[in-house]
Amino acid sequence: MVNRQRMILVCQGTGCISGGAEQLLSSLKREVAKLNLGESIEVKRTGCHGFCQRGPLVVTEPEGFFYSKVKPDDITEIARSQLPGGKPVERLFYRDPITDMPIPYYRDIPFYSRQQRTVLRNCGNIDPEDIEDCLAVDGYQGLRKALHEMTPEQIIREVKQSGLRGLGGAGFPAGRKWEACRRAPGDEKYVICNADEGDPGAFQDRSIMEGDPHSVLEGMITAGYAIGAKQGFIYVRAEYPLAVKRLRVAISQARNKGFLGRNILGSGFDFDIEIFQGAGAFVCGESTALVLSIEGKRGMPKPLPRPRTAEVGLWGKPTLLNNVKTFCNIPLIIIHGSEWFAAKGTERSKGTAVFSLTGKVVNNGLIEVPMGITLREIIYDIGGGIPGGKAFKAVQTGGPSGGCVPASLLDMPVDFDSLTAAGSMMGSGGMVVMDEDTCMVDIARYFLNFTRRESCGQCVPCRVGTKQMFDILDDITQGQGRLEDIDLLLELGEAVARSSLCALGQTAPNPVLTTIRYFRHEYEAHIHEKKCPAGICQALSSPQGLN
Amino acid sequence: MEKREERLLREILSFYKGQQGELIPILLQVQANFGYLSEKARKLIARFLSITEGQVYSIASFYSQFRLVPLGKKRVTICRGTACHIRGAPRILEATEKVLGLKEGETSSDLEYTLETVACFGCCALAPCIRINKNVHGEMTPEKVKELFPHLK
Repeated sequence: MVNRQRMILVCQGTGCISGGAEQLLSSLKREVAKLNLGESIEVKRTGCHGFCQRGPLVVTEPEGFFYSKVKPDDITEIARSQLPGGKPVERLFYRDPITDMPIPYYRDIPFYSRQQRTVLRNCGNIDPEDIEDCLAVDGYQGLRKALHEMTPEQIIREVKQSGLRGLGGAGFPAGRKWEACRRAPGDEKYVICNADEGDPGAFQDRSIMEGDPHSVLEGMITAGYAIGAKQGFIYVRAEYPLAVKRLRVAISQARNKGFLGRNILGSGFDFDIEIFQGAGAFVCGESTALVLSIEGKRGMPKPLPRPRTAEVGLWGKPTLLNNVKTFCNIPLIIIHGSEWFAAKGTERSKGTAVFSLTGKVVNNGLIEVPMGITLREIIYDIGGGIPGGKAFKAVQTGGPSGGCVPASLLDMPVDFDSLTAAGSMMGSGGMVVMDEDTCMVDIARYFLNFTRRESCGQCVPCRVGTKQMFDILDDITQGQGRLEDIDLLLELGEAVARSSLCALGQTAPNPVLTTIRYFRHEYEAHIHEKKCPAGICQALSSPQGLN
Repeated sequence: MEKREERLLREILSFYKGQQGELIPILLQVQANFGYLSEKARKLIARFLSITEGQVYSIASFYSQFRLVPLGKKRVTICRGTACHIRGAPRILEATEKVLGLKEGETSSDLEYTLETVACFGCCALAPCIRINKNVHGEMTPEKVKELFPHLK
């Protein structure tokens, strides 16, 4: 095999593809061949680099030059820059939004330099459809160690000691779930990876599956060995065709290499993984609903008191259900040990958090930061602040289950407990920044419109409560708000939160409750003065009288 | 349903064992081939899985992916995710409705276009987004929407 020293990496994530990255890749390959550089330069497809907003992205190695917004016309120049004595294509360098200075290297761009990429370690660096690439960066080394050097009990102890908490939203300690599943009686058990990513405004799970599918598989196989399961499922939403394709390729390559199937790596352990495409229902984020969906039924949470999925799950068997990112951490914990993992993050939230940083922020994209970093660091240092000289108003985390955190809490550390205390939640990783032009009543209405549509309709508080809250919010944005509406929303919100059957309803009022808590004056302006301070609600006059 | 279509449907079903757990994968695959789930198709699927048509309908109407009526050749999907929303998705939807002469959820009578919205397709960094069949177009404005359909006035 030719050992090519130089590489041109072309991002083939969904974001970059929408900007034409597929054509870029093929024409770059042709161009390199035309220049007779095929022997010395490898043109490689990679998964998501994270900086989707600047896409299509091209990186050259070993220098680490970072080219953004690359167009087909730029291909020849990029290929030629790789000739002996060639110069980098300066006009494609990323420019600092404040100083306008070009930043040639990937590693110097503040969007990347402030991050700590561990879960995203391989995204953007390897070809997700080539297992050899994954093996070259220690892929499946964690599995090898787990199968050959550790007992299932040792693995579970390691995961417990690492302090890893479920990264799908609720933050339940992963090790405890694994232990419960291991201890549950029965020979037939299942592992499910929740890749449904139902939160609007979040794409981190999609990017990981597109960019590094083997780490997901490796985490799942290790989990299967630890709890004593032979079969795994990846529940992935049908809206993610590229992720499904990459996972299929990865599964078949892993089978060929003996990481899946019978007698994995000669250990005597059998395990296989199937993909199950979700058909679109937010409520399937709830574990009992997700399991019913795989069984071919309507995804409606089981009534209370419901057994834990770890004990009675898929087809009534003990089932371990974790999120994509939780599984991606497992190989690292096995290789480097629990202490290495626990050294990162805060006392009660270990490791890193992956966020989809979007909305009214200069740098949009996928980021990974240590737990405990402040919101200010994320939004201003990594995100580059608010575009257009506008003022920051709030940041929304946790999707429809979360809330809006105001400017006064920008110095709050980002971890499971602080976000919950602020009335929001970690959620699966959506982080949407809002500026002075965002109307908080409209945002509350937006989320209730979502939960109202997604409620499975089984229990009254959620089905009727979210509808009633939506109607009140709709009235307020239409200028029909009444004085008592704020109190009524608070009362309804508390009732829905307390009496709904599952987390969808229990958390649905959060966007309303946090916006009332932190932005009550906006509600009052809508109701008393019939004004929308942000100028969004068209039925109302904006403060400048623009409408 | 024409004979040819029925043959294709039966061929799809031949890859499955006939267990209830296969219902959602079957519905997804049938829809991928036919564009929607016709009454006839639902009937055949119900018979194949030994369940009632009502049970098939109950699943097909629960999940947002499934369509019970034919769709247009070009499916125009507006993302109403959070990032898209605050960056102007409502105005993009309005502009698209105007250009296509369709409301959300409608299909043109010549079966050329369907206009729909989706909770999020995960291209948030490029918000607001619109998708035409498989192609995503990011950072949309009402003006750019018009450019996407140059032959429509």
